[in-house]
Amino acid sequence: MRIQLNGQGYEVADGIQTIAHLLEHLNLGQRVVVVEHNRKVLQKEDHPQAVLADGDVVEIVHFVGGG
Amino acid sequence: MLKIGKYEFKSRLFLGTGKFSSLEVQKQAVKASETEVLTFAIRRLDIYNPDQPNFLEMLDLERYTLLPNTAGATTVEEAVRIARLARASNLCDMIKVEVIADTKTLLPDPIATLEATRILVEEGFTVLPYTSDDPVLARKLAEAGAHAIMPGGSPIGSGQGLLNPSYLRLIIEESPVPVIIDAGIGSPADVVQAMELGADGVLLNTAVSGAKDPVKMAEAMKWAVIAGRLGYEAGRIPKKPYASASSPQEGMLTS
Repeated sequence: MRIQLNGQGYEVADGIQTIAHLLEHLNLGQRVVVVEHNRKVLQKEDHPQAVLADGDVVEIVHFVGGG
Repeated sequence: MLKIGKYEFKSRLFLGTGKFSSLEVQKQAVKASETEVLTFAIRRLDIYNPDQPNFLEMLDLERYTLLPNTAGATTVEEAVRIARLARASNLCDMIKVEVIADTKTLLPDPIATLEATRILVEEGFTVLPYTSDDPVLARKLAEAGAHAIMPGGSPIGSGQGLLNPSYLRLIIEESPVPVIIDAGIGSPADVVQAMELGADGVLLNTAVSGAKDPVKMAEAMKWAVIAGRLGYEAGRIPKKPYASASSPQEGMLTS
């Protein structure tokens, strides 16, 4: 399965079916990040139910320094 | 006490977290400033380097209120999207609306700022729009439900101080909500001037992060805010064209 992740093509490894799986796979499970899935902003509790499909657009954002 | 929506702050200094030379310097500067409000930007995470140190994750979030901005947005839709992403962190519901219209001056788009403010107020955010020093626009932002108005002193990061103190004074006099002077502050003198005008607070970033000694400057800004506020509350003397002696005019040895 191939998705668009943060603006780039990304091949999703086998066994990763949800946003929660994807975050674990990227070692982001415990980090302060926010995910947008096909333009829908997810709450953390939505992550296990957000099922990935081929062609999905996913954004993972975080807080950085800014004024 | 500074009250913005449901929030109350003892410190009237809001500090930006951009462009610090190191996380350690930043940590010390934040501490020295005694700020309670820190701004952040929302950006894509580098998924191939997820372990890069992150300032927010080093912070004691019990002590600070986060004020994420919508920097990077040039349209209403982008600003609203970034605001929703920020709130989904469950760390904050305050948002600095920042919709930039021009890359050279980084001046805000007044129409998009007003529209984004209206939408985000309706969605329950605590909304602090970064705006130009236009008193009419400030009035409209307050009418749209903004919880504070943040007019710029001069272009972001320029350090030019307050270019139009008389319009800022008009905004402050008329505003039913707190006025935070945001952007363009270069030195403690600019901060004192803003606070003496009656501003409820200042938001600055580059003036501290770009100073030769950011930690010392952070402390200077803390005192400048306090001095300016006290001066405003105390009420300055009117300016007079001629001298007026401070010492008694009677009992002089020379007469």
